[in-house]
Amino acid sequence: MSTPSILTNLTKGEAYKKAMAMGADAVIKELQASELRGRGGAGFPTGLKWKFTREAAGDKKFVVCNADEGELGTFKDRKLLLEHAHKMFEGMAIAAYVLGAKDAYLYLRWEYHFMKADIEKAMAEMHALCPEVHFHLNFGGGAYVCGEESALIESIEGKRGEPRNKPPYPVTSGLFECPTIINNVETFCCIPHILLEGAAGFASVGTPKSKGPKLFSISGDVKKPGVYEFPMGISLRRVLAAVEAEDTQFVLVGGSGGRIACAEKCLDRNLSFEDLPPGGSIIVLGKKRNLISALRSVMDFFVEESCGQCVPCREGCYRMLHFVEKMEKGEKVSRKELDRFLELGTTMQTSSKCGLGQSASNVFVSMLDYFEKEMVKIQN
Amino acid sequence: MSDKLIQIQINGKEYEVPEGSTILEACRKAGWHVPTLCHHDDLTIAGICRICVVEVEGWRTLQAACATPVAPNMKIHTYSDKVRLARRNILELMLADHYGECYSCLRNQKCELQKLAYEYGIDEYYFGHKTERKWKVDESSYSVVRDKDKCIQCNRCIRTCEGIQTVGIFDKVFKGHDCTVDTFWNHPMRETICINCGQCINRCPTAALKEKNETDLVWEAIADPTKTVVIQTAPAPRSAIGEEFGLPPGVCVTKKLNTALRAIGFDKVLDTNFTADLTIMEEGTELLMRLKKALTGEDCIKNATLPMITSCSPGWVKFCEHFFPEQLDHLSTCKSPQQMFGALIKTYVAEKMNVEPKNIVSVALMPCTAKKFECNRPEMHDSGFKDVDFGLTTREMGQMIRETGIKILDLPESDFDNPIGHGSGAGMIFGATGGVMEAALRTAYELVTGRPVPFKDLDIVPVRGMDGVREAEVKLENVKPEWSFLEGVTAKFAVAHGTGNARVLLDQIKEGKSPYHFIEIMACPGGCLGGGGMPIPTNLEVRKARAKAIYAEDHAMDIRKSHENKLVMELYKDFLGEPLGHKSHKLLHTHYTPRGKKAVDPKGSV
Repeated sequence: MSTPSILTNLTKGEAYKKAMAMGADAVIKELQASELRGRGGAGFPTGLKWKFTREAAGDKKFVVCNADEGELGTFKDRKLLLEHAHKMFEGMAIAAYVLGAKDAYLYLRWEYHFMKADIEKAMAEMHALCPEVHFHLNFGGGAYVCGEESALIESIEGKRGEPRNKPPYPVTSGLFECPTIINNVETFCCIPHILLEGAAGFASVGTPKSKGPKLFSISGDVKKPGVYEFPMGISLRRVLAAVEAEDTQFVLVGGSGGRIACAEKCLDRNLSFEDLPPGGSIIVLGKKRNLISALRSVMDFFVEESCGQCVPCREGCYRMLHFVEKMEKGEKVSRKELDRFLELGTTMQTSSKCGLGQSASNVFVSMLDYFEKEMVKIQN
Repeated sequence: MSDKLIQIQINGKEYEVPEGSTILEACRKAGWHVPTLCHHDDLTIAGICRICVVEVEGWRTLQAACATPVAPNMKIHTYSDKVRLARRNILELMLADHYGECYSCLRNQKCELQKLAYEYGIDEYYFGHKTERKWKVDESSYSVVRDKDKCIQCNRCIRTCEGIQTVGIFDKVFKGHDCTVDTFWNHPMRETICINCGQCINRCPTAALKEKNETDLVWEAIADPTKTVVIQTAPAPRSAIGEEFGLPPGVCVTKKLNTALRAIGFDKVLDTNFTADLTIMEEGTELLMRLKKALTGEDCIKNATLPMITSCSPGWVKFCEHFFPEQLDHLSTCKSPQQMFGALIKTYVAEKMNVEPKNIVSVALMPCTAKKFECNRPEMHDSGFKDVDFGLTTREMGQMIRETGIKILDLPESDFDNPIGHGSGAGMIFGATGGVMEAALRTAYELVTGRPVPFKDLDIVPVRGMDGVREAEVKLENVKPEWSFLEGVTAKFAVAHGTGNARVLLDQIKEGKSPYHFIEIMACPGGCLGGGGMPIPTNLEVRKARAKAIYAEDHAMDIRKSHENKLVMELYKDFLGEPLGHKSHKLLHTHYTPRGKKAVDPKGSV
């Protein structure tokens, strides 16, 4: 059995045909057997999500593809959209078939306007092969929060992109309050491969809880930045070697809402749902990089990109940025003050309304965990 | 919520709660206090302030109690270390972005944020405090003042304006820390399509929204020896002003209030119920004339559009002007009781008191913020002067009384002054949704048939209650000869409160599907007793209690039908002539402005 990959060529429309021949329940079974988990970051088992949505009550159901790739340092969906868009559409069509849905929406980030013509072409091609499914293209307005699935759904509905209360989850109440399958570009691209090449092959690589190949966007202080495909569970050491990272100080895994991995201590940790989050973004920072500047730019990002809805995120990010500015100026802080801000970090993680707010303090907390001495002057 | 009960655990104790209830509802039912801020019983769930977070065993994050449904065997902790830390942090964050100090704030001691700060023992501004204004206070509106620096972005005003009232002048703008609640293009309130109902004020947890305070102007008039200051009091404030002094909702203090108002220095204390009765005479006659023209073709009235809709509620009138300008002919041309009173005070009453109208300052104690706008409408000068000078809310009057130190609850009772100081029970129930309809029916039915309305104790129960839209019908039989055209007619009525509910009836009219002859609409949920100028807080229980008090006062009245009010009949004999007569027409009727979505009157006046 060869190493599974989602970047190999497939004949357009074959997987859809096969899905129709298999029947919806068999498709779900195959996905469950592949142990595919959502590639957007949260890692929810895809087969289960499809099963729940299929079983949810409702005459009308929808399929939505999240192509609002806005995480810091991610560009792997960009590659898929440019080179493998038909696979994504085919994955969406299969999802529509499983649900009996007629409409499938692609929510594309504002900055990907340049690919509009190609996307529309691929969309038309796939519609010709799966005429039962009507594809719709929606552009985001540039807000990071619209990558959060319920905010994205609000945005498609023409509303302000703000996350909803959950539950209910999209599987029972998503787009226009109908049961909705919403998956990431990469997840949908996996579907045709799994159906045509078999679940067993897909699941042949990875760790016990993270199977299959995974794309990573790797940037920063490396000689060979770009999109890489590795099997799930690859160690940080191997990743850094592959991209020829130099003099690494730490790695930001999972983008702005991810956590940092200090090079000295974490090289043997692996990228999987069990360990370092395999969301897709890997930013390598060398020893010359200023720790506080890096943290500051992450906090700047969140102050700007919080939707402003809930207090822990809207106000918490803002106050935290002010504290980072204080650190940046080299001002002394008391132990108590630092502890209060670490507590605030915990509150943001536990109490924010959506995944954005819950992850906004991750970098702050994890950086201070590794580099407190280097970053803060504690007044005694 | 279903009838099925599920087992859950709160703070280690077992409870059975209805499936589908939220954690908050379950906790409240079980007697556990969970703090809330963005939550309001009248509004849709937001789940955004996060102050109500609780810990659920096995869940990674804390859950907003207001937004999370209970699940079988859920183990909930409402005050664990994790929860208390989070709530403290959240409060400190809110305080950091909240301008001002409590002692220089109108909502001092009545502020939900302040109450929480007390509950959580906040004794320093850990994450800072906003000491400089970022925004100018918007005082452009006659009714509603906005202080954005005090806004904590709970979105209650948005959900009130859009959800309950379907007006929607507020929305969130920008994102991140720049996020604020704003009007369209940040227009001043006066230039929005605000209907001045003040429901947003009733639901604002802080002082970010408040009424335009006119108490100083009233104090000034009282202090001026050349002025005769006359006050009329509406029924709803009388049923609620006790709440400002610690009484539970639902206790009328009408006669103690009379004594307090005299002690404050008002020269005459008059009863708006009187002009409520007058409204019934005018509006009832107008309805019968419209019916006559519609059924017989006789040209007895200019405008015979049916269904006819009440026009007592200035918030509703402005709503109609903005959203249904093509349907303004449905509105009765009658002024509201406040404005009828105003026109009479500076004509009839002035004459009786032998005071120059220009020396009269006419004040109205109302449950309403829209009344402030109404008395400033350019057409409300039919006495030759500004008919009503100031409309005070129940809350403002509470403030005036507090300032004097008068212990209103300990005062002896006293009656209203004459000459127009007596109202009927029918006038009293104007304060509750359905009340105008009920009062009108008591009179119109009797006028037409010579018999009292066929309801026990005159209580027309079908039009009472708190359902959003209610309807009733009465078959007219054995009518008096002069009303023979109504013989056998089944008259149909509808009542709506809250402009969101009003919209349902107006849309029906628009589609030509309205089966009704007469419709009562009040802008505020519950009618005047839920008005935007009433004591805070408001919720269904409070409104029900106030309604009960108002209906009880009606029962205690010596007369309960407007046409039996002898003073009203005297007024017609002495001064007005007859309902819809020439003088009535000049003083008691008005016209409306089709505004559409244009915020400002084309003439630019209001």
